[in-house]
Amino acid sequence: MIDVLNKGVRRIHAWPLYIVGVIPAVWLIYSGATGGLGAEPIKALEHRLGLIGLQLLIAGLAITPLRKWAGLNLIKFRRAIGLLTFFYILLHLLVWLVLDVQILSQIWADIIKRPYITIGMIGFILMIPLAVTSNNYSIRKLGAKWRRLHQLTYVAAVLGAIHFVMLSKGFQLEPFAYLIAILTLLATRIRWNRKRVVA
Amino acid sequence: AGVTVGAIAGPAFAQELEPNSYEDITSYNNYYEFGTDKGDPARYASALTTKPWSIKIDGLVDRPGDYSFDQIMEGMTVEQRIYRFRCVEAWSMVVPWDGFELKDLLDRAGVQSDAKYVAFETAYRPDEMRGVAYPVLDWPYREGLRLDEAMHPLTMMATGIYGKTIPNQNGAPIRLVVPWKYGFKSIKSIVRITLTDTQPKTSWNMANAREYGFYSNVNPEVDHPRWTQATERKIGGGLFAKRQPTLMFNGYEKEVADLYRDMDLSKFI
Repeated sequence: MIDVLNKGVRRIHAWPLYIVGVIPAVWLIYSGATGGLGAEPIKALEHRLGLIGLQLLIAGLAITPLRKWAGLNLIKFRRAIGLLTFFYILLHLLVWLVLDVQILSQIWADIIKRPYITIGMIGFILMIPLAVTSNNYSIRKLGAKWRRLHQLTYVAAVLGAIHFVMLSKGFQLEPFAYLIAILTLLATRIRWNRKRVVA
Repeated sequence: AGVTVGAIAGPAFAQELEPNSYEDITSYNNYYEFGTDKGDPARYASALTTKPWSIKIDGLVDRPGDYSFDQIMEGMTVEQRIYRFRCVEAWSMVVPWDGFELKDLLDRAGVQSDAKYVAFETAYRPDEMRGVAYPVLDWPYREGLRLDEAMHPLTMMATGIYGKTIPNQNGAPIRLVVPWKYGFKSIKSIVRITLTDTQPKTSWNMANAREYGFYSNVNPEVDHPRWTQATERKIGGGLFAKRQPTLMFNGYEKEVADLYRDMDLSKFI
């Protein structure tokens, strides 16, 4: 079964994923501009983009465990998923800056004064070097350092989930579901059997 | 009926208020008993049975008891009042409410001289309210006012919007409207009103006292810990709606500032 899946995956290209991945963003912005996102489209757009960003983070983090535990090899899609994640988080940030807060002095005050925004911002900044180095040239050039660098994804993902938990009103389950999903996916990467690693 | 507030109150009302559309007012709601998404109340609140309805009025009153909706409305002067509505989340609307002054109802029940506060409770119906299955807040939803706030002529009980019966998502069949406080103080679908001599517990204050004070007067100078309250965005302006400055006491400063003259409003949030 897995072999069949892997065989199928080998036959498809990764590049169409970029096109498919951008469609929801275009659709959301179009909906927001034409009344499809309800009476307050700015917050709706901001939240939906952020949520897709988190979902893509989870998808990206799931690739390694899927290969390890299920033998399913989706690694060829990882770069596209990673870059799309960055794209959605960047849009989320831009909507917040340009459409939501609007006032430049307020933006800076918010970043410094509001912990959930500080945390979200750090998460975004950590993603910049990852997006910049998501190409074959950087992988060749950086060698082993590339892998170390891209482990920043783990930090960014946790910060993103904490950002979501911190901004919700009252006690809501959804943000915690995202946090738990991300922590679980990270836990699968821990080498529990330390001794064997040393040996 | 049909009296606008401009006729009964001062210059704060002289300013043109452009009411939001009926569609905006009835599609963008916070009513967590039906879900935390802004669209959930419009989607799910129709499950709430609002007929028959009664409010239990108890505590420090001369005539406690269960007052049916019809008994409550009997002899009440229902008038339209166009009020600003400012949510603690920094969005706002202008709503043409239909209703009567809360004072008229409290007078009917006969408030005793030792009463200092009024506590309110929303219906709690797990069979009809899908949102109460989640512990978002400590249900039932509770709110409260100081007696002088409750007796203030601006404080009203609303039973309609735009001359129509108030929709379920907006707090049918009867809700509180306190226009100078953040929206969550204006408790919906009221089933109980209790007069007490001690400050009642209120839902958002119980959930997070640092963020949601008992008073929760609209105040552009005191930020919510997670966002500024200096500005707000009026609903209905689309994707490029500009923020506008938030007014002290939501623009009702002249009418209500006196209620708080000896209080440090940065402490009594």
